Amino acid sequence: MQVEGLTVRYGPLVALDDVSLRLDPGTVCGLIGMNGSGKSTLFKSVMGLLRADAGRVRIAGHDPAGARRRGIVGYVPQAEAVDWAFPVSVRDVVTMGRYGRLGALRRTRTADRVAVADALARVELTDLADRQIGQLSGGQRKRAFVARGIAQGAEVLLLDEPFAGVDKRSEATMSALLTELAADGCAVLIATHDLHALPALADEAVLLLRRVLLHGPVDEVLRPENLARAFGMDPLEQGRTA
Amino acid sequence: MNPIELIVEPLSYGFMIRALVTTVVAAVVCALLSCWLVLIGWSLMGDAVSHAVLPGVVLAYVLGLPFAIGAVVFGFLAVGLIGAIRDTSRVKEDAAIGIVFTTLFALGLVLISVTPSQTDLNHIVFGNVLGVSVADLVQVVVLGAVVAAVLLAKRRDLVLYAFDPGHAHAIGLSPRRLGALLLGLLALTAVVALQVVGVILVVAMLILPGATAQLLTDRFSRMLALAPVLSAVCATIGLYLSYWLDAAPGGLVVVTQGAAFAVVYLFGPRNGLLARFRRSTTKPVLDAVVHGERL
Repeated sequence: MQVEGLTVRYGPLVALDDVSLRLDPGTVCGLIGMNGSGKSTLFKSVMGLLRADAGRVRIAGHDPAGARRRGIVGYVPQAEAVDWAFPVSVRDVVTMGRYGRLGALRRTRTADRVAVADALARVELTDLADRQIGQLSGGQRKRAFVARGIAQGAEVLLLDEPFAGVDKRSEATMSALLTELAADGCAVLIATHDLHALPALADEAVLLLRRVLLHGPVDEVLRPENLARAFGMDPLEQGRTA
Repeated sequence: MNPIELIVEPLSYGFMIRALVTTVVAAVVCALLSCWLVLIGWSLMGDAVSHAVLPGVVLAYVLGLPFAIGAVVFGFLAVGLIGAIRDTSRVKEDAAIGIVFTTLFALGLVLISVTPSQTDLNHIVFGNVLGVSVADLVQVVVLGAVVAAVLLAKRRDLVLYAFDPGHAHAIGLSPRRLGALLLGLLALTAVVALQVVGVILVVAMLILPGATAQLLTDRFSRMLALAPVLSAVCATIGLYLSYWLDAAPGGLVVVTQGAAFAVVYLFGPRNGLLARFRRSTTKPVLDAVVHGERL
């Protein structure tokens, strides 16, 4: 995934200013920044939900529209963006990952059902597949959406705050899962302001404050002096006292 | 009088048979659509569109066009205006909806008052299911069949659109097009339902069945079966009540559907108020079972 000189404005407000970054297959990258730093805007641009004022996004050699048609980009939404009372089962949600490959009526074939079952097994939700999605715990919910990306065959996986409302043990399961996916050649981009989970998980990190302040190995990016540039303080210390 | 006579006697009148068929078709189509409307949170939009079609229907009558055309044109016009006001002024969406649909509805009332006609156009406002002609019936059945067929054929896409439009976009579907499809079907359904309950009460048939079914199941496929069955049963009961009580049929159809919702809301086996209250003593245990992390 390659972003070149991306600039996005909302009216007079500059959300992203000349952002360039490159994410290779097999890497897990943390996208770090405050609220309003442009994390969601960057995600939306990669998904082609926003038109850039300048610059471009290429995903596996395609523009965002082409990448979408090929189902290359998988997306795990923030918990608040989902209606957890919605009458769909875990299996239904994972099956939605296959829709791009199905005919007009979205009828599943055996291959699709196998792919869904495999994805469920991969995230260890096979036993809970027929539960309504809201009956899962925070961590299980996230894994269900990751399974949707797996079933989709996504090569780039975008996760928006995957550790919000997730307990420590699920966080570890999730991290192991994402590391595995990267080992299989997936590029994983995680927008978060929970920095504690990152060192064990991410290979590299990007500090975003409307532009890319720093892109490098995760331990370098997480140095207090660097974080201070993005947050104006040390969020690790803040996290401990809060 | 024995129960069989209670059921059979009204059917000895042609107008009652036409009324019954029209009511059941409208009830089923509205119920199917309502499953998506309540899940997306489009109840207010349903209210707006179903009222806003009135001037379109009146103009279609004047021009000798099918009601459906006028309804769809004004349905989209209403949604376009709502979006435009919301996006280009500081007025919020709920106010924009309120402004647009009441104004269009009022325009419809004005048009009715100045349109000379043999049939009473006020029937569009209040419904006139006992006066449905064979031609009206054919229109309702054809439109109803089209809407139901499209809804069922596209049901998986529409569920995805309702659940996670972002993912729909990410895999190359167009949420905008799916939303427009649903709006078009909403306008057509308004035409079907206004024959029975009139423009004012269409929204009730568009919300109640889906909302009731939503309380009864955690599966969309079951919702899609429960809502039309419930809706058709209530509509039939409402129509019979109107015959035997000599009261407004449209009103009684909606009152019956509302009563069914109240019963499910209070006594529903899963999510009913009573069941939740009874469960609340054991809630901590249940929560641990339901939300317990399994690793």
